[in-house]
Amino acid sequence: MSAGTLYDKVWQLHRVAELADGATQLFIGLHLIHEVTSPQAFAAIRELGLGVRHPERTVATVDHIVPTSSQARPFSDPLAEAMLATLERNCSENGITLHGLGSGRQGIVHVIAPELGLTQPGMTVACGDSHTSTHGAFGAIAFGIGTSQVRDVLACQSLAMAKLKVRRIWVDGALQPGVYAKDLVLHIIRQMGVQKGVGYAHEFAGPAIAALCMEERMTICNMAIEGGARCGYVNPDATTFSYLKNREYAPKGEAWGKAVAWWSALASSSDAVFDDEVLIDASSIAPTVTWGITPGQGIGVDEMIPQLDQIPTAERPLAEEAYRYMDLKPGSAIAGVAVDVCFIGSCTNGRISDLRAAAAVAKGGKVAAGIKAFVVPGSEQVAKEAEAEGLDQLFRAAGFEWREPGCSMCLAMNPDRLEGREISASSSNRNFKGRQGSATGRTLLMSPAMVAAAAITGCVSDVRKMLNNPN
Amino acid sequence: MDNIFPSGAITKISGKAVVLSGNDIDTDRIIPARFLKCVSFDGLGAQVFADDRKELNKGAAGFHPFDQPEKQGAKFLFTNQNFGCGSSREHAPQALMRWGIRAVLAESFAEIFFGNCLALGIPCVQVKQTLILELQALANEATNPNFVLDLASSSISSEGCSWAIELEKGIQQMFLSGRWDGTAQLVANNEALNKTAAALPYLNNLWA
Ligand code: SF4
Repeated sequence: MSAGTLYDKVWQLHRVAELADGATQLFIGLHLIHEVTSPQAFAAIRELGLGVRHPERTVATVDHIVPTSSQARPFSDPLAEAMLATLERNCSENGITLHGLGSGRQGIVHVIAPELGLTQPGMTVACGDSHTSTHGAFGAIAFGIGTSQVRDVLACQSLAMAKLKVRRIWVDGALQPGVYAKDLVLHIIRQMGVQKGVGYAHEFAGPAIAALCMEERMTICNMAIEGGARCGYVNPDATTFSYLKNREYAPKGEAWGKAVAWWSALASSSDAVFDDEVLIDASSIAPTVTWGITPGQGIGVDEMIPQLDQIPTAERPLAEEAYRYMDLKPGSAIAGVAVDVCFIGSCTNGRISDLRAAAAVAKGGKVAAGIKAFVVPGSEQVAKEAEAEGLDQLFRAAGFEWREPGCSMCLAMNPDRLEGREISASSSNRNFKGRQGSATGRTLLMSPAMVAAAAITGCVSDVRKMLNNPN
Repeated sequence: MDNIFPSGAITKISGKAVVLSGNDIDTDRIIPARFLKCVSFDGLGAQVFADDRKELNKGAAGFHPFDQPEKQGAKFLFTNQNFGCGSSREHAPQALMRWGIRAVLAESFAEIFFGNCLALGIPCVQVKQTLILELQALANEATNPNFVLDLASSSISSEGCSWAIELEKGIQQMFLSGRWDGTAQLVANNEALNKTAAALPYLNNLWA
């Protein structure tokens, strides 16, 4: 049984009651909502005759369905328009702040809450979206929920939950140049598989994690769910506090010092007990690329796609399915695999540091012939910052499209999608069959810098070589 | 097909079983994202596994399990490890429920999916690998047998055979008592909610 961990402390602080059947009622400090998983929840509370208990702790934005080429209203897709109109009505009827299009604060829900300073250490954060784990980067306990649970949080700002176990993933060493947080998390999932996290909260710790900036920590926690863990977190430290300082919703003035003291005390104690521990060495990690249909099917860019006999028996049926679906040859190199579409964006890698890393690779280059490459900032703020630095011009000059903020080609709920058997180099988080909008479309997950490298060369390429020999 | 959604106490479920073999079947496959463009769950039943079904049905391998004529009206889904991983979309269990599924037996489940099913009154029962393989083989036999899941006695039976299953006590109680839909219970704890909220520094500016 874990004790003295941040998870335990935050859990205790938010415990409301023990319920008849053994679950705990847990208070939710921040409830984030968006247009896809909330309409049925609002309908349900209306039917029950209930209101929103804490509208001031509920924050909405629109991200999944928004087009990224033109965001003029009404959207050309009437279903998308209806979803946004429903969210707008639900928010205004219930007194909920909606950071809508053109507000300067709109964007992917997991990008905007941190950048506005809404996400803070020690909070419980829930959202009808599995990548809510992202907010754990701040030392919050953050997890995705389904629509029935969105209904519950709207109605009573709490949830029936079972306590998770806590596993510490200790990352030693340092990432090498050209190797990013995305590579680290893909490597962790490759090592641990996509199921090991079920039933656990993952605490990411160790020198390699301490060295990461907040945006990189968000990338790691974002993909905790791909390793099966509903919740991942990093203990708050000086990096966390300096990121939060002066953000719109962060405590100010005298409150700031007190908040920092409270936040600091929440970090896992040095004698904390974990239910499990895993050790990862960051220094040996290469840029990592997925070759299959789960985020666990990844390899270093300098490796060969594994042959069946190199794969544990239990994972072979899935590997065979992946060979068939991806049409990639076991035993062949992943480097050199030609791609059709290059996508930089998403709640995993759509932040300013991601765009900068990709821009450093794209600078002065030209997108290879026949390749569709596009950059989708994670939020209006990210877009503004990037444009102020001239990144939009840099990308455009290199042949990338520069789009408006949204989830875009991370999933297929807006016009951005793969066609037929197209294969993408993508900075998003899921390479599931059909994820990017074509039932037969294929996805190779990688870091934004690696996506930029693929765009310039037309195929999967080792970004380290391009950084060493800039064009 | 009687498709009355679960309500109240759930003690027994009986019906045919459809088999989906494979691990890590994600919610994008259960319900592709384009079907999430809706403000109600009503139309989802027909879309369950839409892309997998379309893909398989055009090949020579025969129908997708959800399209096999003899499986129409089935109440059980028997599948393998980490079922329902990926996206939190409740549209996935909603689509399964609206197609007719009333219980899922698997080697293991992704957590959010498990919780979503619970909130809809769809038991997700975790069983050992040997048992799920046995049940899958039986369900695939030409006789297409009937199964009975008895939540009170923690067993699944078919054709005179019965197997013990392990149910987490609290969850078993939720189904048997009808408390699986817990909103009322949560709302009732009004005072405790106020107390917890009042003690949280970030809610009350206790640090100001
Ligand atoms: S960017 Fe992708 S993973 Fe993130 S919230 Fe949007 S659809 Fe979900």
